[in-house]
Amino acid sequence: MAIETTFQPKATLGRTAPGNYTLLPKTPAGAIGGIDGTVLEVAMGPHHPSTHGVFRMDVSLDGETVVKLKPVFGYLHRNHEKIAENTTYLGSVPYTDRLDYLCSMTNNWAYALSVERLAGLQVPERAEYIRVITAELTRLVNHCSLIGFLMQDMGAMGTPLMYAFREREKILDLFESLSGSRMMCNYMRFGGCRCELPSGWIEQAKKVVTSFPEFLDHFEALLSENEILLARTQGVGVLSKELAINASITGPMLRASGVNYDIRKVDKYGIYDRFSFRVPLGEHGDVFDRYMMRVLEMRESLKLLEQALAQIPSGPIIDPKAKLRGFRQKPGEAYARIEGPKGELGFYLISDGSPNPYRYRVRPPSLINLTILEDMCLGQTIADAVIILGSVDIVLGEVDR
Amino acid sequence: MLGTGIIKGMVETARNFVGSYHDPERLTTVQYPEERLAPKENGRSFPFLVFDGNDQQAGLRCVACQICEKECPPQCIYINKSKDKKPDYVGKLQFYPATFDIDISVCMSCQICVEVCPFEAIKMDQVFELSTSDRFGKLLLHKPQLAKPNEYFHQLHPTDANEVDARLGEEKRKAEAKAAAAAAAAAAKLAAPKPAPDEPTKAT
Repeated sequence: MAIETTFQPKATLGRTAPGNYTLLPKTPAGAIGGIDGTVLEVAMGPHHPSTHGVFRMDVSLDGETVVKLKPVFGYLHRNHEKIAENTTYLGSVPYTDRLDYLCSMTNNWAYALSVERLAGLQVPERAEYIRVITAELTRLVNHCSLIGFLMQDMGAMGTPLMYAFREREKILDLFESLSGSRMMCNYMRFGGCRCELPSGWIEQAKKVVTSFPEFLDHFEALLSENEILLARTQGVGVLSKELAINASITGPMLRASGVNYDIRKVDKYGIYDRFSFRVPLGEHGDVFDRYMMRVLEMRESLKLLEQALAQIPSGPIIDPKAKLRGFRQKPGEAYARIEGPKGELGFYLISDGSPNPYRYRVRPPSLINLTILEDMCLGQTIADAVIILGSVDIVLGEVDR
Repeated sequence: MLGTGIIKGMVETARNFVGSYHDPERLTTVQYPEERLAPKENGRSFPFLVFDGNDQQAGLRCVACQICEKECPPQCIYINKSKDKKPDYVGKLQFYPATFDIDISVCMSCQICVEVCPFEAIKMDQVFELSTSDRFGKLLLHKPQLAKPNEYFHQLHPTDANEVDARLGEEKRKAEAKAAAAAAAAAAKLAAPKPAPDEPTKAT
């Protein structure tokens, strides 16, 4: 008996099958092998603890091997784009915090950058430095907690995650004293930043930055040579260079596959051309490379932070032309992108002259990086699918929006 | 040798375990209800209304301009403008909010109301222990619950409050000087018209 390769709902009740069941039939016919009746369909999620949120993987298993996998998302859809089209330009800044709730600073920046492109605002020097500092601190937060979660997925219950969170806490304290909130910072405004750094903030940040490399050394001693980790990650979930480019993967995942593409270097938005830092590249594109990529990126971020904290000038922090209340823009459109911790985060805005954008579109890195999950998981075991998903680095708030 | 990586990791874990007994800096948790962290000056939870002086009705800075109501992203502020006017801090007659409600079950603590307020009337509170069993009644704050004295604002955000007070004081002085000048001019005008009746007679 041949096994059907595409999932067909049996009782359609007179309706046609929903679109998302017929989409993505990537597995070629005949690829599902084994003895008849051995293929087991499992719906992993949406409440599975390993899926980092409400996300479902419909996997077909031949024994323990994944023969077909379909990511199903949309459980956390909350109309972000439509809400932003119905609030003012200023009003959607706090909503961008809630996209990728681990890195609100970079989300703010990407949105502010696109409004600045639209309105032609100039960001003062000091605000640019503050933006770089907060964005790189966000990268530390994100990569740190990602590695913790990845280890949790691999079965290292608690320990690495707690160590990572201990360091993350210090950076969140910095964010709290700066913006008033630990995670929902709502700090950047089009034309600059919301408020001046509190006194002693730079010294505190320097202290965190100088103590971070030591933590990274210990963190790596804990993990990077661990034989179990190596056995679980090396050669697992390989993503080839060509596929990564074709699927428009960005961020650490793309660089782990060996493609030298970092928007901080390519676009030189903000003032990234003033700092010297390197872009780490992987060569195998497996889970281990993606893990290592995050560790190395954190080290580069620390270099950037040291330079930025040493060079920060004094001056105004917001463009005097920037008008927050009753902000209107003449008709036009703008797209701005930044290198978020997860990849290319872009905001596309169309203005029709009214106080709210006519069209507001987010290009979320998590969602687009997630689309090739099946290609990475085919032929791997179900336990590996979990860590492959973990290494993609998704936040469901951003995937579903 | 196979296993050295794991042993290294174990040493690391042991270091962290022992370290937390030696170095108080490593103890990062706080036993919450008994111990509390000092609040950060910029910290924010939910908005409150500032009033000057002792009478919260007379001293309320809010003039019911409804900008915050319009700009609030989750639309959790409800204002009804008064019919009559009352004098504000410079003595100018202004409207005041007849009712001012904030639904803090909807509020997302984004501080946009504070930023857009031109009258320094709404500021962020730092209270966070607001859990209640009455979801609709207790979480909809009305004007008497929202109004807090300026001293409270000073307590929470001293830098911001001093800056605001200096600015408002300056405006008040200017307004008073202007009023004094206007009064002087009026008095001069009152004094001046005496010879005025002569002029037309001269012309005729």
